[in-house]
Amino acid sequence: MKLTDLPDSRGHFGPYGGIFVAETLMAALEELRVEYDKARNDPAFMAEFEYELKHYVGRPSPVYHARRLSEQYGGAQIYLKREDLNHTGAHKINNTIGQALLARRMGKKRVIAETGAGQHGVASATVAARYGMECVVYMGAEDVIRQAPNVFRMKLLGATVVPVSSGSKTLKDALNEAMRDWVTNVESTFYILGTAAGPHPYPMLVRDFQCVIGRECLVQVPELTGRQPDAVIACVGGGSNAIGIFHPYIPYDGVRLIGVEAGGSGVETGKHAASLSAGTPGVLHGFRSYLMQDENGQIIETHSISAGLDYPGVGPEHSYLKDTGRAEYVPVNDDEAMAAFHDLCRFEGIIPALESSHAVAHAKKLAPTMKKDQIILVNLSGRGDKDINTVAKATGLTL
Amino acid sequence: MSRIGQTFTALKAQNRKALIPFITAGDPGKGLTVPLMHALVEAGVDIIELGVPFSDPMADGPVIQRASERALANKVGLKDVLAMTAEFRKTNTTTPVVLMGYANPVEHMGYEAFAQAAKAAGVDGVLTVDIPPEEAHGVADVFKAHGIDPIFLLSPTTPESRVEQVTAVAGGFIYYVSLKGVTGSASLDTGEVARKLAMVRAHCSLPVGVGFGIRDAATAEAVARIADAVVVGSRIVHEIETAPENEVINRVKHLVQDLRRGVDAASK
Repeated sequence: MKLTDLPDSRGHFGPYGGIFVAETLMAALEELRVEYDKARNDPAFMAEFEYELKHYVGRPSPVYHARRLSEQYGGAQIYLKREDLNHTGAHKINNTIGQALLARRMGKKRVIAETGAGQHGVASATVAARYGMECVVYMGAEDVIRQAPNVFRMKLLGATVVPVSSGSKTLKDALNEAMRDWVTNVESTFYILGTAAGPHPYPMLVRDFQCVIGRECLVQVPELTGRQPDAVIACVGGGSNAIGIFHPYIPYDGVRLIGVEAGGSGVETGKHAASLSAGTPGVLHGFRSYLMQDENGQIIETHSISAGLDYPGVGPEHSYLKDTGRAEYVPVNDDEAMAAFHDLCRFEGIIPALESSHAVAHAKKLAPTMKKDQIILVNLSGRGDKDINTVAKATGLTL
Repeated sequence: MSRIGQTFTALKAQNRKALIPFITAGDPGKGLTVPLMHALVEAGVDIIELGVPFSDPMADGPVIQRASERALANKVGLKDVLAMTAEFRKTNTTTPVVLMGYANPVEHMGYEAFAQAAKAAGVDGVLTVDIPPEEAHGVADVFKAHGIDPIFLLSPTTPESRVEQVTAVAGGFIYYVSLKGVTGSASLDTGEVARKLAMVRAHCSLPVGVGFGIRDAATAEAVARIADAVVVGSRIVHEIETAPENEVINRVKHLVQDLRRGVDAASK
């Protein structure tokens, strides 16, 4: 099977992906798979999705030549795909609109979501308000504190935010709790999963909804430069923004695809969230993929300055892209991401999300090794307003 | 015939139903699990379900989640659970032991290596909650090749079309989850369960156990009237959680004796 034809009918990307859930959810996942299959072949559904992306989200998002940053870094020209300019400030909304339209099509009046940094929670609360649905967002108790402004935004949008105090009190525990809610309320409720992970068909449908990012780039970059980029860089937590920009480029052999994981305090310290760079395959949250786990197969706590990358697994398609060599994955540490954050603020007047700053930080390493007429495309997946408290704290400043 | 099969055959001959308690290995303490298993047998249980602690117990409610967290804090992993089973087998060679847990610890050990070690330890059945039949090809065969029964769940949301698919790979007994939701959920509609069990039995010759929502002798009796086995988890784990450590064994024994009376009342 060609890489672009994956997953197979049971949701496998090579040995990864699949459906690893308790029996209670099997019927709901089958219903979702069947309904999504109809929806994506329904011109009316796709037309409404595209209409919403254009008029509600503000797509297409621009590709921007970061001239001063490129000059500063020396070497390749850096272009930014401006997902930070989307409504709600990140790529997450592309997916939540798609899934909310599916929920409406399936007659579900209640949606639930998990969130780490709060971006997916906000995007879910937003579409729930837009389509008149009840919305419950599960969020790790630690993250509720770290990302207070986003908690307030979700509440303004009418959502109920439930802090999750089990386990490590972060994204993975929020996901466990959302799954438990879904198992309990499976008939009335649609689970809007936030990243290209989870049991089939989620990794596929989230990717499909996010692929608008890469498809736009395929047109926009040649319009600006006359050709396709030499490298595409995106940050990878669960990996939805990365798969969204990578996937349309998979057939373009000359384009390097580079995913950047959260190296935290450094992969060698063990305090990181780089499951592809330093993890091993296993089963968590309904799918098989690279995971951060100990010698007993228990999931270990991850560390990253960026809540959105603080996750012990990664979408299954990335695991397969890594094994096949079509994409490369590298870690970037907290301090490198922080430096790139400040670079983009000062040289381009753009405050990036700390997640996206990881991708910029890798461009900073890669650009000087390339020629001045070469092109790096960085997916700037979100804006950084939500991170100003974290940045102030890390740099010893008070707001 | 496996130890699980023999147990059900013997019970049937006596016109009795099985009582299957669940405890999490390593909760409340590493040294208490084997004494608890023996106490359960003394209180009259037929099969023991031993929970393998996992960091992310997605299908469990708060009570069993906390048991898993306590066991992990006691540094109990899959290898320890196998060692506990082997210890239990030194003095009990008749009561079947079923390990219940999530895929990843088993996957990490390797299915073949796990099946060998589990058989050697005296494990009779394995239920990995998050491996449905669709992903079990290979896994169930490996277990069966080592004489371990692969146990699978059916739920109220399982359509009739799937039941045969599940029972085709299953061994030992079928575990029917009587409620939607996670372990420890609310109340039980035995009429609804009975209707569903009739449908399951039409497709399946294995004994059917029912779990979720059983909390006392009365609910145990009601379920024993319609099922081949009564599975009780959260209620027992709750007792373990709330009892002072030196009273855990007696309190659990007391509770299980009461459940046993309920189950046996159904046979009278």
